[in-house]
Amino acid sequence: MTFTSTELEVEGATGGEPGGEPATASPPASGRRLARTFLRDRVAVACCVYILLIVLMALTAPLLVKLSGYGPLEFDQSAVDPNLGGLPLGWGGGIGAEHWFGVEPGSGRDIFARIVYGARVSMTIALLATALTSTLGIVFGLVAGYFGGRVDMLISRVMEFLMAFPALIFMIAVLSALPAENRQYLLVLVISFFGWPYLARIVRGQTMSIKEREFVESAKASGATSAQIIFKEILPNLTSTIIVMTTLAVPGYVGTEAGLSFLGVGVVPPTPSWGQMIASSVPWYAVDPAYFLFPGTFLFLLVLSFTVLGDRIRKIAESGEGRV
Amino acid sequence: MIRFLVNRLLGMAVVLFLVCLFTFVIFFVLSPDPAVQICGKNCSVEAIDQIRANLGLDQPFWAQFWTFISGLFAGRTYGTGANMIECAAPCLGYSFQSSQPVTDMILQRLPVSATVAIGAAVLWLLAGVGGGLISAVREGRFADRFITGLSLTGMSIPNYVLGLSLQFLLVVTLGWLPFPQAVPFGEDPAQWFANFLMPWIVLSIGAAAVYTRLTRANVIETLQENYVRTARAKGLSPGLVWRRHALRPALTPIVTIFGMDFAGLLGGALITETVFGLNGVGKLAADSITKNDQPVIMGVTLLAAFLVVVGNMVVDLLYTTIDPRVRVGSTA
Amino acid sequence: MSATETQALLRVRGLTVAFPTARGNVDVVKSLDFDLARGSALGIVGESGSGKSMTSLAVMGLLPKGAIRTGSIEFDGTELTALREREMQSIRGDRIAMIFQDPLSSLNPYYTVGTQIAEAYRSHRRGVTRRQARAVAIEAMERVHIRDAARRVDHYPHQFSGGMRQRVMIAMTLSMEPDLIIADEPTTALDVTVQAQILDLLAEIRADTGAGLVLITHDLAVVSEVTDHIVVMRDGGLVEQGAAERIFCDPQEAYTRMLLDAVPRIDDEIGLLRTMTAAQEDR
Repeated sequence: MTFTSTELEVEGATGGEPGGEPATASPPASGRRLARTFLRDRVAVACCVYILLIVLMALTAPLLVKLSGYGPLEFDQSAVDPNLGGLPLGWGGGIGAEHWFGVEPGSGRDIFARIVYGARVSMTIALLATALTSTLGIVFGLVAGYFGGRVDMLISRVMEFLMAFPALIFMIAVLSALPAENRQYLLVLVISFFGWPYLARIVRGQTMSIKEREFVESAKASGATSAQIIFKEILPNLTSTIIVMTTLAVPGYVGTEAGLSFLGVGVVPPTPSWGQMIASSVPWYAVDPAYFLFPGTFLFLLVLSFTVLGDRIRKIAESGEGRV
Repeated sequence: MIRFLVNRLLGMAVVLFLVCLFTFVIFFVLSPDPAVQICGKNCSVEAIDQIRANLGLDQPFWAQFWTFISGLFAGRTYGTGANMIECAAPCLGYSFQSSQPVTDMILQRLPVSATVAIGAAVLWLLAGVGGGLISAVREGRFADRFITGLSLTGMSIPNYVLGLSLQFLLVVTLGWLPFPQAVPFGEDPAQWFANFLMPWIVLSIGAAAVYTRLTRANVIETLQENYVRTARAKGLSPGLVWRRHALRPALTPIVTIFGMDFAGLLGGALITETVFGLNGVGKLAADSITKNDQPVIMGVTLLAAFLVVVGNMVVDLLYTTIDPRVRVGSTA
Repeated sequence: MSATETQALLRVRGLTVAFPTARGNVDVVKSLDFDLARGSALGIVGESGSGKSMTSLAVMGLLPKGAIRTGSIEFDGTELTALREREMQSIRGDRIAMIFQDPLSSLNPYYTVGTQIAEAYRSHRRGVTRRQARAVAIEAMERVHIRDAARRVDHYPHQFSGGMRQRVMIAMTLSMEPDLIIADEPTTALDVTVQAQILDLLAEIRADTGAGLVLITHDLAVVSEVTDHIVVMRDGGLVEQGAAERIFCDPQEAYTRMLLDAVPRIDDEIGLLRTMTAAQEDR
């Protein structure tokens, strides 16, 4: 950190000189350099690998389940002990060649299969919600920031209102009142409904400052339409902000989905979800810790990976901006 | 100042009104007919109509909404004659499932939620601001990297995973803490404290992580401010420069989010209370969801919204005394 | 005073400031020499990035973290580079004071200007009461012609205009009666009309107190009014230095000539500048 800051000081001290040759020449090179900086960051790479692994797992879930032998909804009473209230037989919640991650107490459903299918749910919901919030956030942020005036007033008020709302409780209230069909898509809608203002607020602020820059002025003077200016001049300048914000949003939505499922208003059983698995493990945590440790660890690592990744990308983007 | 206050109060009233309306619409449109729920199985159409009439559910939307709003301020009654039920002044509705006014149910649980919230807030402020300061002072060194890594982890670990893990580790495996049992403070302070210790820790971890990062960023940014350079150029000692010129501007923004976070928490920590079986407002909401007890869910939602909005306003008012620019800017 | 006139107040020899980077050390100030005679005014001129601000921070010992300072800085017979941080602290503000470019960001928005003027005084003069320090602050504000100083002393920086804020900054340095004032682009952030007033004020204060002045600017027109000796810098190095008149009338280096050409010519131009600003004011 100190290192970067001193480097910046030097740039500040010597830069701004009429000869800006290195700066103008650098963008393509610095893009490559950023990628290289990123690849050299072992933690960031590890996070990427884990995320890719989960995505792969989600995509190939049916295949993996065929390999492991048990589906996510299959009961296996031979793996649990009816005399002990359905406690899994064997060490670590029934871990073994038969059930790689053990089985659910009571039902004997295969935890590996449920984790794999749960990854599908988590990733689908988190990514869809991120896509939807980002779209809404970018569009409303751009519109509010660019047009200002009454449009901005209206959008800003709505954003304030949504942000003042106790989102979690309200999501729960809404979801509990909504019918159970298509819960996954309702979850995405509800999460996005409350999620977009956080990105929109930042996009709005940046749009307002970019709007005043010379290249926008000159585009305006040369007769470009508002849409052209917004999408060709302003949006490209927001790319790094948007990338950072969306990467940081994904873990939030993974957590929200899991939390809502944990509270029983998310994904409807028997469809597996990590949060819901953890919720159903609560009565068993003392006797069968493996039951919550598996989904808990997978969930924690996924959220952590996205968080760390977002943090690294932000740092690289920031230092990149300071340089170019 | 008075105009500012009036403006803020009006704004707050508008937001709360909208929250009420919004919540009411959602429940009006989406929720299953409460009359059917109350009536139970094997219920005739007439009986359902009777209940609907008693509850005023046959009224048009706006009439129902008006009854609800006036119930908040003046109280209301449900049904007529011998079956009449009183619901006193801040009436948030009536839970037919537990035969209790929602307001009473919430008030009974509020002390637990407040205890959880206050304890957690103290912890996360100490840990977050302290960690952030250490991190900022040791910027780039080992302590900074360690704390940054810790806060990233803290931000990522879901409440309930941490809660269950702690409970498993501290209670089941190591036996350092007794199994949670609801006891009042006066009876067994040690047990009481042990009950709340884990919820406090669990609830504060996420916020502490966020506050650490915020404090660190603010302090580092403030130290680069020109006025800090001025202070050093005046020959002030490093301690004075820190205390007077860096800390106050750096910590002021913390007040903003603290007010909102804390207010939000007072309205119940759903997940943490559920995990630890604490009988607070959050647990009430979670249980009501399971039982589909709509009036209670709505009541808790409104309370939470109310607390957040009030918290926001308190922060704004506080700001006028902490930040001189706001003080004058608002009166001008 | 006159006896020590010959001995320089500030004597800089071979001053180099370097920053370590991934690509090796980068020198932002390269082996700079200059002298400032007691009671005189020196202008350091150069474009932004020429290292002039780093020079002033090097004298103050306020270089950013990681900067490496070599060479000699002798102030009133004391070698500043040999001093410990604590000793440097007692010189800063008390004997060498500094005025910065942007008066708004250079003043802490959370405290009244009175507090900020008084705190330096109190930290350098032991046993000064709050009330005495406040009186000093008011007096200093009066000396920089802030009207109604007794009331304004309790105002916050944002309640002042740009020029008034810079007056507050100057008052802050004045309260300590320093031997040397370093002003880094003191007028750059100000309106043209106000610039002249602040320069007049600096000149007046110098005449009153006999303090030495180092004026750092990119604007030759500014130094021409106030200073008697000029150092021209570029890319961290010295281009040329000499008496102000000599630099203006007979610049030796092409770079200096270039800088001069960017400024309206002196004699009548300053008058012209004045009339222009006056006209602007009328609008």
